[in-house]
Amino acid sequence: MESTRRAILRNAAAAALLGQLSAEAMQHVHQHAAEEKKAASGVYKPKALNPHEYQTVTRLADLIIPPEGSEVGGAGAGAPEFIDLMCSGSDRMAQIWLGGLAWLDDQCPKRYEATFVAAKPAQQAELLDLIAYRRNDTPETGPGIRFFEWARRMVVDAYFTSPAGVRALGYKGNVGMQVFQVPQEAITYAINRSPFKEG
Amino acid sequence: MDMPQVMRGAPVHDVVVIGSGAGGGTVAHVLTKLGVKVTLLEAGAMLNPARDYKEHKTPADYPHRGAGDDASSYFGRKDFGFFSAPTGYWEIDEEPYTVAAGSQFRWFRSRILGGRTNHYGRISLRFADYDFKASLLNDGLGTDWPVTYEEIAPYYDKAEDFIGICGTAEGLRSAPDGRFLPAPALRVHEYLIQKSSRKLNIPCVPARMAILTKPKNGRLACHYCGQCGRGCVTASNYSSSQVQIFPAMKTGLLTVIPNAMVREIITGADGKAKAVSYIDKTTRTEKQINCRVVVLAASACESARLLLNSKSSRHPDGLANSSGSVGRNLTDTVGYSLGGYVPALEGMMKHDSDGYAGGHVYMPWWGLEQKNKDFPRGYHIEVGGGYNMPMLGSFNGVCRSHEGYGAGLKKAILDSYGCSVGFAGRGEMIPNAKSYCDIDPHVVDRWGIPVLRFHFEWSDYELKMVKHMHETFAAIIEGMGGRVNGPKTVADTKRAISTPGEIIHELGTVRMGSDPKTSALNKYSQSHDVKNVFVADAAPFVTNPDKNPTLTICAMAWRASEFIAEGLKKGEL
Repeated sequence: MESTRRAILRNAAAAALLGQLSAEAMQHVHQHAAEEKKAASGVYKPKALNPHEYQTVTRLADLIIPPEGSEVGGAGAGAPEFIDLMCSGSDRMAQIWLGGLAWLDDQCPKRYEATFVAAKPAQQAELLDLIAYRRNDTPETGPGIRFFEWARRMVVDAYFTSPAGVRALGYKGNVGMQVFQVPQEAITYAINRSPFKEG
Repeated sequence: MDMPQVMRGAPVHDVVVIGSGAGGGTVAHVLTKLGVKVTLLEAGAMLNPARDYKEHKTPADYPHRGAGDDASSYFGRKDFGFFSAPTGYWEIDEEPYTVAAGSQFRWFRSRILGGRTNHYGRISLRFADYDFKASLLNDGLGTDWPVTYEEIAPYYDKAEDFIGICGTAEGLRSAPDGRFLPAPALRVHEYLIQKSSRKLNIPCVPARMAILTKPKNGRLACHYCGQCGRGCVTASNYSSSQVQIFPAMKTGLLTVIPNAMVREIITGADGKAKAVSYIDKTTRTEKQINCRVVVLAASACESARLLLNSKSSRHPDGLANSSGSVGRNLTDTVGYSLGGYVPALEGMMKHDSDGYAGGHVYMPWWGLEQKNKDFPRGYHIEVGGGYNMPMLGSFNGVCRSHEGYGAGLKKAILDSYGCSVGFAGRGEMIPNAKSYCDIDPHVVDRWGIPVLRFHFEWSDYELKMVKHMHETFAAIIEGMGGRVNGPKTVADTKRAISTPGEIIHELGTVRMGSDPKTSALNKYSQSHDVKNVFVADAAPFVTNPDKNPTLTICAMAWRASEFIAEGLKKGEL
């Protein structure tokens, strides 16, 4: 499978160089490769997090970047797999996540008599509204605020580097171009909104 | 340990080159073209671009998304990240360096064929007449090179013709024109930056880059994927590995010995260099090769280290160092960066703005005639922006400023994508007595070679320049209707200025000059003391102007190589 994927990418790169591959086609190839890889590896088995921790990360991922319509959110974009993988390769990262998740599971029962995943959506939101902002920093919330900075950053990383995130951003690059040119329409748009607008 | 095996009657190599970056690559290219046999020692591994370059990959192609399996990209500024061209490090475990108390220095080394040319920025600027001859500026600072712009210009021509540099002729004294391939079109934010700069009377011209915009010398033209720093599989940009060394190997005149960490240059009874001793890193065995000529091109500080470590009764302070100048006059480029947010770019139609890696425009120094500035010399400005490939960390800034989570955070990221611009100043540092490197008497590396110890101090000249950079960048950002990220003024220039070494333009440590009492090399990069020893990296540079050094390394190495070939032919070496 890996060799097939490499062959696809290599051929795609070669075709792109010759200007024979459109942006959409290149995107398709990348998606195809990613899907093929996912199919090959099957369901992800967490290496560092226990099932409860993994479930909590999955919930956090979709709260940080929610699914919209048919588009996946942080969880569907692979944030839980990514975060687990990072924790499995780095003790320092595992410390951040295990400590943070344990902090959530200490706070939530005190406040809501339930773990974070078992708490009601309104309760989850209430807690995140507290730890998602530095202005709420107190000795009591401090560890949660620091943990959430990591959680937000890594879920954002995982989502916006995934095919869904790249689509949402509208990134069109990483393809071959024979002559570099940006659309005149874009130049005109920006200049007309700048102090350099004529007339 | 076995004693080095030096056999009587062992072959004598004509020219042994130490290091395979811009200097070593150019020497290998020029000498083999002139029919001279070259043996090149590289402290790192062989390069295999097809395997080692990560061009056209995206983070999603890897489960770790570019963080590395050990999540290393999340902890500190480690190297240039997973996607960068291979094997460059700020810290190499087996080859440490030390920094004297009270100093700071970061030393980036690449341990692979091609060295730092695999990843470097490809900015290719000729030094100006006054960069070679500081006395033209009448500010009483700096030292004149033993060569003039006019003497080096033909070698800039040769280097540019061979490597391929894109750009435009502008007729500016601070940025002499070269032999340019066409420059590509500007990106949208670059049009705005250009208009804002010109309103401030700052020239903003197409950048000069070692990137092919037309096919040249058997190499394909750039395909504008924006990933030059990862290494280019089509060799459409300059790297010594692909452009000079691989082709030179095909001539049969170049032998490359990888994983060869040079310990010492050994001199004979006549005081001349006769052999190079090195450690084969793969087996940790000592080896020696005999040579007629040795060219050090190991990078400025590594070359200085090697000379200082090559002591003998004849050369007690190190080879080529009767002047005591080896290791002195260490400089790095003055660096300062500032970002801004440009609302005019919000909501623009998304498009491919990859281009080549780096700004398609830059601002050469414009203040040559200014009398009222409070720092000597000047700087150029590099620019960034556009719809870059989303990578780990791309949205850290939005996460920090917006905070929160959910749909609001996502919208803030989408709305601001591609609306930021960045400016980086690159200025001249005046050499000072407090900035140098020497041998640490207490530490050796894994190969038993004494390591370098760095001493460094920015002077007021550089700190004041940083203040000027900030004010200029802020004026350009505001002139295009943008907002400066962060405070309006620089409160503490010592914190704002780049860490010494960080710009990776460290040079000057084996200085050339006409006086053997104050310099190590003559105008042909040849040791005053030991005639068959040459230095072909940036160590010979007398000044460190506001121009990236690589093109000048190539030009000076080209000139030294022709001198060596001529000397060998005449039997003078």
